[in-house]
Amino acid sequence: MADAHAKHHDYHIIDPSPWPFLGSLGALIMAFGGVAWMQHLKGAEFPIFGYNVANANYWIFAIGLLVVLYTMFGWWSDTIKEGNEGHHTRVVSLHLRYGMIMFIASEVMFFVAWFWAFFDASLFPGEATQVMRTEFTGGVWPPKGIEILDPFHLPLYNTIILLLSGTAVTWAHHALLHDDRKGLVNGLALTVGLGVLFSFVQAYEYIHAPFAFKDSIYGATFFMATGFHGFHVIIGTIFLLVCLFRAMAGGFTSKQHFGFEAAAWYWHFVDVVWLFLFTAIYIWGSVGGTIAVH
Amino acid sequence: MAGAAAHDHHDHKPKGWVRWVYSTNHKDIGTLYLIFAIMAGCVGGFLSVMMRWELAEPGIQIFHGLASMVYGVEGDAAIDAGKSMFNAFTTAHGLVMIFFMVMPALIGGFANWMVPIMIGAPDMAFPRMNNISFWLLPPAFILLVISAFMPSAPGAHGVGGGWTIYPPLSTSGQPGPAMDLAILSLHIAGASSILGAINFITTIFNMRAPGMTLHKMPLFAWSVLITAFLLLLSLPVLAGGITMLLTDRNFGTAFFAPEGGGDPILFQHLFWFFGHPEVYILILPGFGIVSHIVSTFSRKPIFGYLGMAYAMVAIGAVGFVVWAHHMYTTGISLDTQRYFVFATMVIAVPTGVKIFSWIATMWGGSISMKTPMLWAIGFIFLFTVGGVTGVQLANAGLDRSLHDTYYVVAHFHYVLSLGAVFAIFAAWYYWFPKMTGYMYSSAIANTHFWVTFIGVNLVFFPQHFLGLAGMPRRYIDYPDAYAGWNAVSSYGSYISAVGVLIFLFGVFEAFSKKRVAGASPWGEGATTLEWQLPSPPPFHQWEQLPKIK
Repeated sequence: MADAHAKHHDYHIIDPSPWPFLGSLGALIMAFGGVAWMQHLKGAEFPIFGYNVANANYWIFAIGLLVVLYTMFGWWSDTIKEGNEGHHTRVVSLHLRYGMIMFIASEVMFFVAWFWAFFDASLFPGEATQVMRTEFTGGVWPPKGIEILDPFHLPLYNTIILLLSGTAVTWAHHALLHDDRKGLVNGLALTVGLGVLFSFVQAYEYIHAPFAFKDSIYGATFFMATGFHGFHVIIGTIFLLVCLFRAMAGGFTSKQHFGFEAAAWYWHFVDVVWLFLFTAIYIWGSVGGTIAVH
Repeated sequence: MAGAAAHDHHDHKPKGWVRWVYSTNHKDIGTLYLIFAIMAGCVGGFLSVMMRWELAEPGIQIFHGLASMVYGVEGDAAIDAGKSMFNAFTTAHGLVMIFFMVMPALIGGFANWMVPIMIGAPDMAFPRMNNISFWLLPPAFILLVISAFMPSAPGAHGVGGGWTIYPPLSTSGQPGPAMDLAILSLHIAGASSILGAINFITTIFNMRAPGMTLHKMPLFAWSVLITAFLLLLSLPVLAGGITMLLTDRNFGTAFFAPEGGGDPILFQHLFWFFGHPEVYILILPGFGIVSHIVSTFSRKPIFGYLGMAYAMVAIGAVGFVVWAHHMYTTGISLDTQRYFVFATMVIAVPTGVKIFSWIATMWGGSISMKTPMLWAIGFIFLFTVGGVTGVQLANAGLDRSLHDTYYVVAHFHYVLSLGAVFAIFAAWYYWFPKMTGYMYSSAIANTHFWVTFIGVNLVFFPQHFLGLAGMPRRYIDYPDAYAGWNAVSSYGSYISAVGVLIFLFGVFEAFSKKRVAGASPWGEGATTLEWQLPSPPPFHQWEQLPKIK
């Protein structure tokens, strides 16, 4: 290249992109609409210039969500396109790896908050200084009068499903490394299927849970911790599903397939969080409790 | 080079609004951040001057009038609304200054601009993600501004109860939509910072120029690396905590409701597990900046470079295990308090390493008192004052008396307003010629320094006396006995406001006079890579990576 400004490095200088601005706009609409929706659910007002925006119900939120989803689709399509054009050199690929590892690290810290809430209540259900809590829990965990789930029933079943899906995604990975396209697609399809199955089992468990979400620290910590995990399972399933579609369309090579690896890392992270939830909330947190009989 | 032909069009600057709104250039994004921080700083500063105006004398001075102007209420209702409004002002001042002024200026602005350049990288590792880190901030700020006009408690508007948003004030205490908007504002600002943190860590680990090992990397890059780790690991915990607030408020969970077995103190733990690293997030980049400036204007390499770097690592690490020193009066056990007293005091050791190393850098140096050096020395002096009061407050016994008094207000403004903000202005005057290519008037800049120095010390030094005398923070009124020092503090605030006007005029003057600064206006003391580039640097620098010996 004769150009005086030619670059002599392997970094990726990215073209200007509309997605960050559009995504931020979507986030604003979604947050604003989310407040309106929550006010609507409570039957409360959200007055903007004399107009009660709570009347919009979930519509503003939904528009914001659509803008965010459209941004994600466009942004990551661009990333895949750039990868296919050869912009993802060794060092750029290393950036993506670092980025994904640190994103997962931040997710781990997010779950720390929910475990913190759980252990705050379950390790200290009867502190002398916390009179009202002790009154509610009876000084024990699980709190008195609460019937709980049998950890060795559906939760154990779900543990096995997730562990199995972890091996399935590893099968897909090894198949990809050996250029076994059929194994890749089958392994991914099995992983996605197991992920969907997990979500259905979890939904069934929620519907039949013997304790409520509201007005109890037991329900709050259980449903929010396992609920955010479930949400991450759904995200991970979609991530893997996208990889499955890409694999079926001939994407990924045995040398370059970071999108797949990121999905697999994310899936293992979700898996590990579940193991902590299972041992802490379901098993340890059930010791001494009354198990509901179906 | 694969795909080389496709690269040619990158070398042309995008035109018009696309250049800024669609930007993938770390310098342009840094500039956007700096402009945003200046505007947010003016908003946050306006809030503080209003509060000082109110507190200039005992009794209600202006907030009943402000409330009737903004919310259209009259008479006694205006006085009540005014009291709530004062609470909303203290809360908004804290949130705006922390999330929308100091963090955007230091991390989004200066770090974005200078870290890639001084480690010899052409841009950030994720240039597109860099832009969403910026563009998430205006929506977060807009949500916070909307919240100021929304109902909170019955008869009140805007989020009161302080930036720490403790329940039950932030749950059953203020059921209106204002608090929900503020919570989502924090969620979005937090997401922006987490993405920024990932970007900086990846950039600093992977994009250093050939030969630049971590142990040769400039201290500002070190400080930003450590700050980014603190952001990455602490913000998600806050996100969890404020999500619990949201579900307690809207969906009937009982995280912070004792009648359902919950615990309001849990929120304080989650908040301060974020909040304490957060205050180091605000100050660490300042440490890096001051190291560069002290070294440049003493014409000496920084004293104890490795010690300086690892002192910051130590401050960052220990910063994660001291959070409950904000909670001595919540009924945590004596053993817990003893641990947190000890751990907190440990932080004084690496901080002392830094202070003494800056002094040792100046010792025997060829010191020139240019504007950035004035701010840097001001920083060292005033930050030390704040650090010393911090060691006092670390004592759980003493904190019984000083908790939630103006002594605490004085302490954290000495380390933040007079520490972090002095570092921001030091960086501004140090790098302004590099970023714009123009030299400012040092007469105006030095006036800005001295007016600010006198102003902020008048504001905050008397607050130590008020706090020792027992004046509680976050109240609109006080007994007559506190009138004297409050008046002094308010006059200091007006002087500081004049300082801000001088600052803005100085910027205007520099851009209108267009004095050419040259590549390295600070002479041979300035050794980091940014001074090897022209001022302003090319749109894409280091297309030929520099080699570090």
